Amino acid sequence: MSAGGNVTQARTNPVASFFKIEGTATALVFVVLIVVFMITAPRAFLGYRVYMSFMASVPPPLIIALGLTLVATAGEMDLSFPSVVAFASYVFAFLFQQYDMTWLALIAALATGTAMGFVNGLVVTKLGIPSMIATLAMMFLWGGLLTVVSNGLTVAIPAIDGTLIQSIMVGRVGGIVPMQMIWAIGISIFVWQLLNRHRFGENILFIGDSMKVAKVVGIQIDREKIKLFTLMGFLSALAGVFLTVETTTYFNQQGQGYLLTVIAAVFIGGTSIFGGSGKIVGTVFASLIVAVIEAGLVASGVQGFWTRFFIGLVFIISVVMNTAIEDPDKVPLIKSVRSRLRH
Amino acid sequence: MTSTPIVRLENVRKQYGKVVSLKDVTLEIGANEIVGLIGDNGAGKSTLIKVLTGVEQPSSGTIYVRGQKIDAASYSVKEAHKLKIETVYQDSSLGEKQPLWRNFFVGRPLTNRFGFIDVKAEKRIANEIMRSTIGFRGVGIDVETPVSRLSGGERQGVAIGRAMHFDSDLIVLDEPTVALALKEVNKVLDFIRSIKAGGRSCIYIEHNIHHVHEVCDRLVVLDRGEIALDAPTSSMTYTELTDFLMSLHKPRVAATN
Repeated sequence: MSAGGNVTQARTNPVASFFKIEGTATALVFVVLIVVFMITAPRAFLGYRVYMSFMASVPPPLIIALGLTLVATAGEMDLSFPSVVAFASYVFAFLFQQYDMTWLALIAALATGTAMGFVNGLVVTKLGIPSMIATLAMMFLWGGLLTVVSNGLTVAIPAIDGTLIQSIMVGRVGGIVPMQMIWAIGISIFVWQLLNRHRFGENILFIGDSMKVAKVVGIQIDREKIKLFTLMGFLSALAGVFLTVETTTYFNQQGQGYLLTVIAAVFIGGTSIFGGSGKIVGTVFASLIVAVIEAGLVASGVQGFWTRFFIGLVFIISVVMNTAIEDPDKVPLIKSVRSRLRH
Repeated sequence: MTSTPIVRLENVRKQYGKVVSLKDVTLEIGANEIVGLIGDNGAGKSTLIKVLTGVEQPSSGTIYVRGQKIDAASYSVKEAHKLKIETVYQDSSLGEKQPLWRNFFVGRPLTNRFGFIDVKAEKRIANEIMRSTIGFRGVGIDVETPVSRLSGGERQGVAIGRAMHFDSDLIVLDEPTVALALKEVNKVLDFIRSIKAGGRSCIYIEHNIHHVHEVCDRLVVLDRGEIALDAPTSSMTYTELTDFLMSLHKPRVAATN
């Protein structure tokens, strides 16, 4: 400002510039929800235990949501992750139970998920099926294969209690903070860097923005998409192992419950449903929001059945708000109100 | 022309199935000249550009870049970029939601060896290009502005500035003024002049003959896959040019009737 001289300083509105910082809107909603629940359910929300339980249960869906944020940024969708979560969980639990493997079981589970993600990427790019449909098919395919392989059985691994891998992955720091939350924060920072500071992230931003532009500027679209789905497979598998080690059980429906809440978290967080823009910080807070709504409503004495209703409500409002922030004319209702006000 | 031309097409022919888009075209683009490429829809303008910039391979004929014969089979957009030939498309050169600094460097970012982008350096250079090469001053645009907030003319400026920054010797502009307001058109014409001032060459494809006559050094008229005219702009007045183009139309109308 002092050096240039001829640059007109853009009018700075403190409120507007506050919301320009990534994720502030979502973080604000999160804080408001916590305050509301502190009032409506003081017994639960004024103690530290409820937060401990969030920090133990949120990391697996959060890690998946981070991957899905990248996928959505590229204008794609992955619906197959519940089956990838389950498959990796089974591989880990089975190898641990049958062969006493710990770190090798982790590596095998991650390799399985990564390979599944790679196949997903091939199906999306080489067969030309839109990813929403292709990955829906892959969810059935992987899920069906898993049921065949596992005979639909549950694998309990109580023996993992007290092992090194358990304390490193899901131990409690100082007896309070679950390790998985620290891992999840680390992964969030890494994924943020990947999206916002790495050439891979830039490529997927442009692919999601416009395939035509991406091609003209020389991005190898198929190769980047395959990498993207492979990474998504890896993160889903990692989430599956965290979940299995925390709950010391693999069961047949593992990960199924995440499908809708994870997708909700990605878009509540402000990632564009049209692609070309992804908000990692938003996804982190939105994952917490989804968990807090579920717990908070129940603790406030609202019937459990209402939780999904409220998540749906928050989902709609958030997506509309986020779209309106991006471009108000993309929301027909706002567009017609605006044009009426102008005349 | 004294120096070796940047590009030389020799007897280039391109056909799609039975349809012949280019028949036996020979054309040179010299150093530091602006060549206007005019022709009706279907005259073969876009085919010519696609062949020239590596998007499509010619059916026969030879391409020389700076005197070097090009292997047609391996000629691609990437290869053309390496040879410092760049195309600016009307509506598909910039990512709408992305900030300007990303748009300047996308596809060839400044990264360390792990692939992480040097954001500070990119922003600084993007800022310099905006001020010096394309002359964006004030007007509330900075390197963080997403492309969606720019006018049509400003977008062309960004794409042209990018091509110049990456030292392209030949910049191909594909109808850059379509759908632009008059004020914006003037901006684009200024950008085209700055290409010449920067010592580079440009192929300017345009429908509006007036604009072409105003900024180009040389005019090339394509008609049904053949070069109907290749002459310095100074040799023709604007009226002579329009008369010539009309004369091309007449036999065609007669023939189709």
